[in-house]
Amino acid sequence: MQKRIFHIESNDAVARDTFRLVLRTDGPVAVRCGQFVDIDIPGYYLRRPISVSDCLPDGVVLYYKVVGEGTKVLSALAPGSPLELLAGAPGVTPAPQRSRTDSITGLGNGFHPEKCGSDALLIGGGLGAAPLYLLARELLAAGKKVTAVLGFNKADEICLTDEFRALGVPVHIATMDGSVGTRGFVTDAIAAAKPAFDRFYTCGPLPMMKAVCAALSAPGEVSLEERMGCGAGFCYGCTVQTASGPRRVCADGPVFDKEEVLW
Amino acid sequence: MVTKDLSVSLCGLQLANPVVPASGTFGFGLELADSFDLNVLGGISLKGTTREARFGNPTPRIAECTAGMINSVGLQNPGIEVLVGEKAPALRRVYRGAIIANISGFSVEEYAYNCGRADACPDIDLIEVNVSCPNVHAGGMAFGTDPASAASVTKAVREVVRNKPVFIKLSPNVTDIVSIAKACENAGADGITLINTLLGMRIDIHKRKPVIANKMGGFSGPAVFPLALRMVYQVAHACSIPVMGCGGVRRAEDVIEMMMAGATAVQVGAENLRNPMACPEIVAALPALMDSLGINSLQEIIGTV
Repeated sequence: MQKRIFHIESNDAVARDTFRLVLRTDGPVAVRCGQFVDIDIPGYYLRRPISVSDCLPDGVVLYYKVVGEGTKVLSALAPGSPLELLAGAPGVTPAPQRSRTDSITGLGNGFHPEKCGSDALLIGGGLGAAPLYLLARELLAAGKKVTAVLGFNKADEICLTDEFRALGVPVHIATMDGSVGTRGFVTDAIAAAKPAFDRFYTCGPLPMMKAVCAALSAPGEVSLEERMGCGAGFCYGCTVQTASGPRRVCADGPVFDKEEVLW
Repeated sequence: MVTKDLSVSLCGLQLANPVVPASGTFGFGLELADSFDLNVLGGISLKGTTREARFGNPTPRIAECTAGMINSVGLQNPGIEVLVGEKAPALRRVYRGAIIANISGFSVEEYAYNCGRADACPDIDLIEVNVSCPNVHAGGMAFGTDPASAASVTKAVREVVRNKPVFIKLSPNVTDIVSIAKACENAGADGITLINTLLGMRIDIHKRKPVIANKMGGFSGPAVFPLALRMVYQVAHACSIPVMGCGGVRRAEDVIEMMMAGATAVQVGAENLRNPMACPEIVAALPALMDSLGINSLQEIIGTV
């Protein structure tokens, strides 16, 4: 891993309590879909792990929700402010020989778009939609067809749907209050839309992902969330029990095959 | 600038410098091998190990605090045989400094067994015994909270370890740290590491329940530094065996301060979690800081206050 300074290009509210953060740095960035970065927020002891929604040649796009004091401070930072990110480094380069021209990657193991046959179904809940955007871009670049089903509590929390549609991805929305799209859960929207897919990818609240995995028989990948310490695999603060034994969400995940997750 | 001598002698082990990542904050070392050259570290204290593999506690295991954090990992580890058969040998292949096995147990017999296995492993240089574990034969009271039980662990371990220095890592959650340190010294300990974490707690006021799944956990971070320094000072002055100081260390200045208080080596714990490069950054900052303070050799400043 490596620490790198990024600067805020924009940090705008895009939905209720939800911000879109664009960060740029002085070197090439090559984050894989489903990876995350760990942000040092001035005044707070531990970093905040946030999944990468899009990868720019020299930056990242992140979405975050103001849920506590740290993210509130983050939301008040103005464009131009520096932020130190803990990010990945290409594993092939030993630290002493690494140069500033080597790419910055994300942390953790992300989604596997290469395992999709021809049609992918992306299922997001709330901000879980964010990492699915970069996944959609990688799937489309590989010639796969992509459908997105995104669930939100209420209409004022809806985000990223325009971005998915701009990629040409059909988006089906579920809201708990029925104000937009299908009333109910993402599983209700999937049942209504009946999309064709041979593999699904999901990120969102655990109960939602559990329901999705129970409802869909196709192979699937699940992005887990845990409160993290180091974010890089050496403190064992985010370990979960899986079908293959204890796994660190930060370093072994955050993405796991659905069969691995012990609900 | 005169070349600065960062080396320290710890029970016959020559450390290139006093900076040692603390147990539990640095995995088994190799997790960070691709991030910086581990050989800049004086030693590495490996993740606490028990006889059997342990999953540890449910999540959340981590809670943020002002100037620190609480952890309740619960001694997740792969067991002593994996430590001596895989983890320590793998680290030795890339690391020349002192490899410290941190040993836990739930009975005196388990401590002795684990330490015997670590003693037989040629890739381990020093054994650090964590006496903050609950004694399952004494109602779960931690061994390290009572001089007699801390001494009984020390004595049992000392009887089986023939080739390596044995350090006892003390809990600060006690009334009189000096009496426990002296009991360990009298029972044959070669050194004392202190302090382990302080028992702490956070509550999520929105959910109205503890942040940590196990309710309580160990508090560490810069907030505990003055308390740790005080205990290092007390123990170093009361005992004649060397001390590894630990608790809230985050920068080169803290290392110097700990050494002046009496520490021969200085462990860096929670800071690794917020800054994985903390240890190499501290080592790199030491020569210039020594120069500004008129220090040529770190060994000379140990316990000078």
